[in-house]
Amino acid sequence: MNYPLYIFLIFGLSASSVFAVNTSTVDRLLQNYRQQGAHDFDGKAGEKLWHQSFKNPKTGKLHNCTSCHSKNLRKPGKHVRTGKHIDPLAPSVNAERLTDIRKVKKWLLRNCKWTLGRKCTAQEKGNILRYLQSQ
Amino acid sequence: MKTLTLLLTLSLLASGCMADDDGDEGNENSWRFLQKQRDVAAVSNPQYQEECGSCHLAYPPGLLPARSWKKIMTHLDQHFDDNAELEADVQKQLTEYLLLHSADHSSYRRSGRIMRSLNGDDVPIRITELAYFRHKHNEIPQRMIKGNDKVGSLSNCNACHRRAEQGFFNEREINIPGYGAWDD
Repeated sequence: MNYPLYIFLIFGLSASSVFAVNTSTVDRLLQNYRQQGAHDFDGKAGEKLWHQSFKNPKTGKLHNCTSCHSKNLRKPGKHVRTGKHIDPLAPSVNAERLTDIRKVKKWLLRNCKWTLGRKCTAQEKGNILRYLQSQ
Repeated sequence: MKTLTLLLTLSLLASGCMADDDGDEGNENSWRFLQKQRDVAAVSNPQYQEECGSCHLAYPPGLLPARSWKKIMTHLDQHFDDNAELEADVQKQLTEYLLLHSADHSSYRRSGRIMRSLNGDDVPIRITELAYFRHKHNEIPQRMIKGNDKVGSLSNCNACHRRAEQGFFNEREINIPGYGAWDD
């Protein structure tokens, strides 16, 4: 039963690299947000914000994140203005989601500004990412 | 000189055929060449397709003049009541692509017609407001557009022009959801 140390090392390293692939983008963003003063990211708070409606000052219409991303994150969404198909946002059915850091940053900026009428705080963005990650 | 032109034409056709393993596509390329670029140029920038095409059809740049694209790209944070902000470097690259392939820089026939339909220094920001566009669509009843939930709006080109992103707007290819071909 004397396994050489390197066998454990290989297993250990491969397991940690798989883990790193799955979480690195979100983890890196959360780390950024922590540096901006945010902490204890809460998926439940993210979920609440996700469903909260805001009035668009220009159109007077109420919108929330589900207006485009559908009420079920595992199902495709539909752009509320153009009707264009949007792939599911839940990483459990769409593995590409939350992997491209530029994409995540871009959409959080654009969609917070459009839906909420302002930028999201680092805390809010972290909460939303925690919520989405769990889907 | 004639022989040279013929040789050039043949070699271009051949390269068109060989460019793709799919035989049909190859024939299409040669057919397009023979049609003297009748329509508008296809969208040829993957980044443009990715960035702009995630919310709506990536409109072929040859549908608007450069001055229109310039105006659209400088107000992306207020883009038809939506926020379409891009990072500065991406915004710059896509603007360059759009300006370079805009209607006034295109040799395609339909782009030329769009340009000639403009009034002086007009800077249209909606393709659907171009005189050329309105003239082409004014006979279509509203029930086929607004009253048709698979279409909704004339800005949804590819609902009926199924190959809009490839630059094909030929009348014979029109397929209106629930109604089929258009016959005027």
